[in-house]
Amino acid sequence: MSQYRWFKIGLYSLLILYAIITFVPFAWALSASFKPLSEIVSGGMNFIPKDFTLNNYKTIFTQQALFGRWLFNSVFVAICVTGLNLLFNSMAGYALARIRFPGSRFWFFLILAVLMVPGQVTLIPSFLILKYLGWLNSYQGLIIPGAVNATFIFMMRQFFINFPKELEEAAALDGLSRWETFLQIVLPLAKPALAAQTIFIFMGAWNNFLMPLLILSDPEMFTLPLGLNAFKGQYISYWNYIMAASMVFTLPALAIYAFFNRYFIQGVTFTGSK
Amino acid sequence: MKSILKKEGLAGYLFMAPTIIIMGVFLILPIVYSVFLSFHKVRILGELNYRFIGFKSFLRIWEDERVWIALQNTAEYVLIVVPIQTILALLLALLLNGNIKGKNWFRIIFFLPTVTSSAVLTLIFMWIYNTNGLLNNLLAWFGLPVYNWLGDPAVALKAIMIMNIWSTAPFFMVIYLAALQDIPASLYEAAKIDGANKLDQFFNITFPLLKPVTFFIVVMGVIGTFQLFDQSYIFSAGSGGPNNSTLTVVLLIYQYAFKSLDMGYAAALALMLAAVIMAVTLVQRTLFKEEKLD
Repeated sequence: MSQYRWFKIGLYSLLILYAIITFVPFAWALSASFKPLSEIVSGGMNFIPKDFTLNNYKTIFTQQALFGRWLFNSVFVAICVTGLNLLFNSMAGYALARIRFPGSRFWFFLILAVLMVPGQVTLIPSFLILKYLGWLNSYQGLIIPGAVNATFIFMMRQFFINFPKELEEAAALDGLSRWETFLQIVLPLAKPALAAQTIFIFMGAWNNFLMPLLILSDPEMFTLPLGLNAFKGQYISYWNYIMAASMVFTLPALAIYAFFNRYFIQGVTFTGSK
Repeated sequence: MKSILKKEGLAGYLFMAPTIIIMGVFLILPIVYSVFLSFHKVRILGELNYRFIGFKSFLRIWEDERVWIALQNTAEYVLIVVPIQTILALLLALLLNGNIKGKNWFRIIFFLPTVTSSAVLTLIFMWIYNTNGLLNNLLAWFGLPVYNWLGDPAVALKAIMIMNIWSTAPFFMVIYLAALQDIPASLYEAAKIDGANKLDQFFNITFPLLKPVTFFIVVMGVIGTFQLFDQSYIFSAGSGGPNNSTLTVVLLIYQYAFKSLDMGYAAALALMLAAVIMAVTLVQRTLFKEEKLD
């Protein structure tokens, strides 16, 4: 029994140690965001600021006029991308699973094939296409190319294939059209799959750095990651401001994560190897 | 009957329309377009124009010293990061798999880096890595050597490795956790009756049954590490420095396409990267199949 106790103590020690390793960088950044620059420059390892101040936060909001705009851009783009993905991926997944139409096998295999191609291949041509369309520095340029996702079309198809057919047949007898059946019967029952998708797509759009970097040159249109990078360039040795800005940028994502935490883990399992 | 089929066909295409249009314009067309670009010299200033140059871009890849540096950095990165993050993920999953009090809290904390944007994480780590920063202070406190993490070419890539292992391992941990929960408890009970201890159980039951998941995680890890960009870009302000030590293939593609505006050559580089990544995926496929035959 005492061997078992030592085992438990060792186990919890390791878990707590790793929790500390994970948490320390965030705590350190948070603490820096409340320190005046002088305290930061003088070094030391104090996590509790000696001279606690909110000035860093005040300064970034008053001196960086575009801060609010970047926040809005990120929220707006992430919400649009997520909404469109949920609708379009489900529509395609449903059609591929349930509707018999000519060419359905072709489209299914094309989507599978597209899954294999790494994103870097399409970067440069997509930039040129967006330039040709006049969509550089625009919301539609940020939103439309990412409005469908092959991985989640595939996932939705797998989900709808296991869906009970009887419900749709009953709906058809009641005189509902395909579209009405889809919106009123099928989608509401797909909530778990949609929740997992919401988190992945939202996080992906929220954190996306490369594509906005390519297509946005107007600071007014920047999303948060780009804004943060520009901010760093501007205030290169003002780590107090940079850390305060980082904290402001992190909070919304953490709030979403805390809210959807359950589904997040579920969603990872969904996309696992099974 | 015919009219019903027709109606179904119409419905099918209506449901597929957004996907077909968006994928067509922003995925299929770009793939074809990038092959076209790679055989041309592209000028984008003023009016867009193309000049056919055949395989010249692909030959140029061979002679381009920076491509080899980027590939070497990437290879070093993959070879160090993938094994460590895989083992760490497995270890964490094993620790968390039991009947642990506060399991959810541990999961939430462990998972923080996965949901934080790479831009924020990179800045936090640059702050911790600065010469007078937390990491050096800690190292000095333990009497260990300190480094100029951001400015020394010998350690800059290592600094990115540490950060990425830290931020990616928890994601793979969750995949391992899911797989661990699928292993039937009866197998362990039978082993216990046969007198197998925890270590025997791990090597004879857990590890073999996790093999397919491990392959999946390794391949995902390799694909992810091959595509390293954000961290290197922010770390080096886009240069891949100091002294090319953090130059990655994707950063190089970015530099050629958007700094030198040499889009044809950059497209050829991107195709090369895609070929490497797809080769890795195919190798994984065959390994997977062998696994299933066992």
